Amino acid sequence: MQSKAKAFPWQELLLPLVAVVLALLVGSAFILYVGENPLKAYGILFKESLGSIRNIATTLQRATPLMFTGLAVAFAFRAGLFNIGAEGQLYMGAFCAVWVGISFDLPRIIHLPLAILAAMVGGALWASIAGYLKAKLGVHEVINTIMLNFIALFLTDWLVTGPFHGGSWVPETVRIKPTAAFSRIYPPTRLTTAVYLAVAAAAVAYVILWKTKRGYELRAVGLNPHAAEYGGINVARNTLIAMAISGAFAGLAGAEQILGLHNRFIVRFSSDLGFMGIAVALLGKNHPAGVLIAAVLFGALQAGSAAMDRSTSVPRELITIIQALIIFFVAAEFLIRRMLRLKEDA
Amino acid sequence: MGDILAMLFNTTVFAAAFRMATPLIFAALGGILSERSGVVNIALEGMMLTGSFTAMFVTYHTGMPWVGVLGAMAAGGLIGLLLAIFCVRYRANQVVTGTAINIFAGGLTVFLLRHFFQVAGTSPAVTVIPDITLPVLSKIPWLDRILGRQNPLVYLALVAVFVVHVVIYKTPWGLRLRAVGEHPQAADTVGINVFRMRYTAVILSGALAGLGGTYLSIAHLSRFSEGMTAGRGFIALAAVIFGKWTPLGALGACLFFGYGDALQMRLQDIGIPTQFMNMLPYVLTMVALAGFIGRAVGPKAAGQPYIKG
Repeated sequence: MQSKAKAFPWQELLLPLVAVVLALLVGSAFILYVGENPLKAYGILFKESLGSIRNIATTLQRATPLMFTGLAVAFAFRAGLFNIGAEGQLYMGAFCAVWVGISFDLPRIIHLPLAILAAMVGGALWASIAGYLKAKLGVHEVINTIMLNFIALFLTDWLVTGPFHGGSWVPETVRIKPTAAFSRIYPPTRLTTAVYLAVAAAAVAYVILWKTKRGYELRAVGLNPHAAEYGGINVARNTLIAMAISGAFAGLAGAEQILGLHNRFIVRFSSDLGFMGIAVALLGKNHPAGVLIAAVLFGALQAGSAAMDRSTSVPRELITIIQALIIFFVAAEFLIRRMLRLKEDA
Repeated sequence: MGDILAMLFNTTVFAAAFRMATPLIFAALGGILSERSGVVNIALEGMMLTGSFTAMFVTYHTGMPWVGVLGAMAAGGLIGLLLAIFCVRYRANQVVTGTAINIFAGGLTVFLLRHFFQVAGTSPAVTVIPDITLPVLSKIPWLDRILGRQNPLVYLALVAVFVVHVVIYKTPWGLRLRAVGEHPQAADTVGINVFRMRYTAVILSGALAGLGGTYLSIAHLSRFSEGMTAGRGFIALAAVIFGKWTPLGALGACLFFGYGDALQMRLQDIGIPTQFMNMLPYVLTMVALAGFIGRAVGPKAAGQPYIKG
């Protein structure tokens, strides 16, 4: 039985917050180690990511793909699946987007949506391979999604340097037609309308999970597949659907990268966006709203890192380290609960 | 046809296969120890990368590559300790923590590279471990051209396979290790310290993976470069699964993957893209997991934190 009057879940907010603070504290040890002042370095980071409208726009641009990959991971988590393959699904989605973007001559009102749809289908189908193997043969999705990441990487490497090579000395495709590109919102930053799509995607994820019968089934499977099966829910079918939807979100990240940022497929363009999605999902407590907030935080770290690198002797890889530390501390909830002497839930 | 056979079965390719397999073998042995104790080790990649960097760094400062090897093992072991503290002690999700370690190692190695050498990308060149000629093997016809003259780490990897095999299957410690990975509750009731077994196994796992990373930076090449493991930690993980969590099976898988690697350039000449060869280990692992070539099933308790009752 769920009580109607729920207390405000302040613990849910506190734990990610503590994780971020701890990560920044450990990060400052690295800053001190290279002989710089953490307050100065973090100050620059803050100013360069959120100090002006233009900087905020850059932050949002960096956050957009992470919103999609974060949603992908979070959605699968809710259904009890660990989709560690967002990276591969992103690449397959990106390739489908670039293919539609290059190959068709269509009016904008059809071309852009078609390219986005193609990316979703590409990501969904790629994720469905792992979903199918889990649903039908019971093979754990973690290893399969890792393997599929590499297969997607090499497959797109081959497609882009082989049949779809743009002809220059760079390993990339030709540019997509302008009719398939997202519009820029705040030039000269590269923030595009893809950010609206990300917010809409979060809303869709929320509605599916909490306002539909399908979502109820997915979450039931996530909480306890045996109980769900006993209650008449088809676990195999829900597993397949959850992986497909998760993959579609990851595919959208690929769409953003191609149709918004790069306008062509450059081999291995993703700098761990899929893996960062895991961090974003965890930090956002696998809730669509939390994912959006966590993605903005990660986007801010990335947006400010270049300036910090330029004006201090702190290498910008500090940001990668901090992002990894955030995952550590969010994953070790048990540690933080103990530190704060919070009640341990099972 | 004869040309293709000559290409597939020649001693130069076999010799290269052993070299390509060496870093994989060490890391796969590490993966086996960790998984056998019940801790899924996604972090092999990060452990190897840390090992590659440390081997270069220590060798750069001491001029002695074997000290670099020890440094790499220690660094890998430390990463293992980190994984163990989070996963064994604080019950963090093993896959999540492993992913965090991989991201952490990728960031840390470049952070240090840029801090110490003011370069991004590639470190200065360092002394390498020179190849040696084995007195007996180099006298046997045919085999001498494959294993007669190789890097000491290549031989060490083969020795390590048999050591780990004996430790797992013929010693009381190995029996305890397997018990902890299959049924920790039962192991606990007969007085085995589950936590200590898992700590030891994961730290050893890191040391072995670090040793694998060593081969890349101070034997195969003479420098560290950003992300130089390039997914080898995951190929090692694939070899663990493909070899069904046994040292000899993993050896076979690593040699097979190494062989595919060694053939890449030659196959490209007859029209098979290198990327297809690169995909092979991952595709085969999925096929193995799906049960098409004898179902691959791992240790039962792998992935679950142990909570002492």
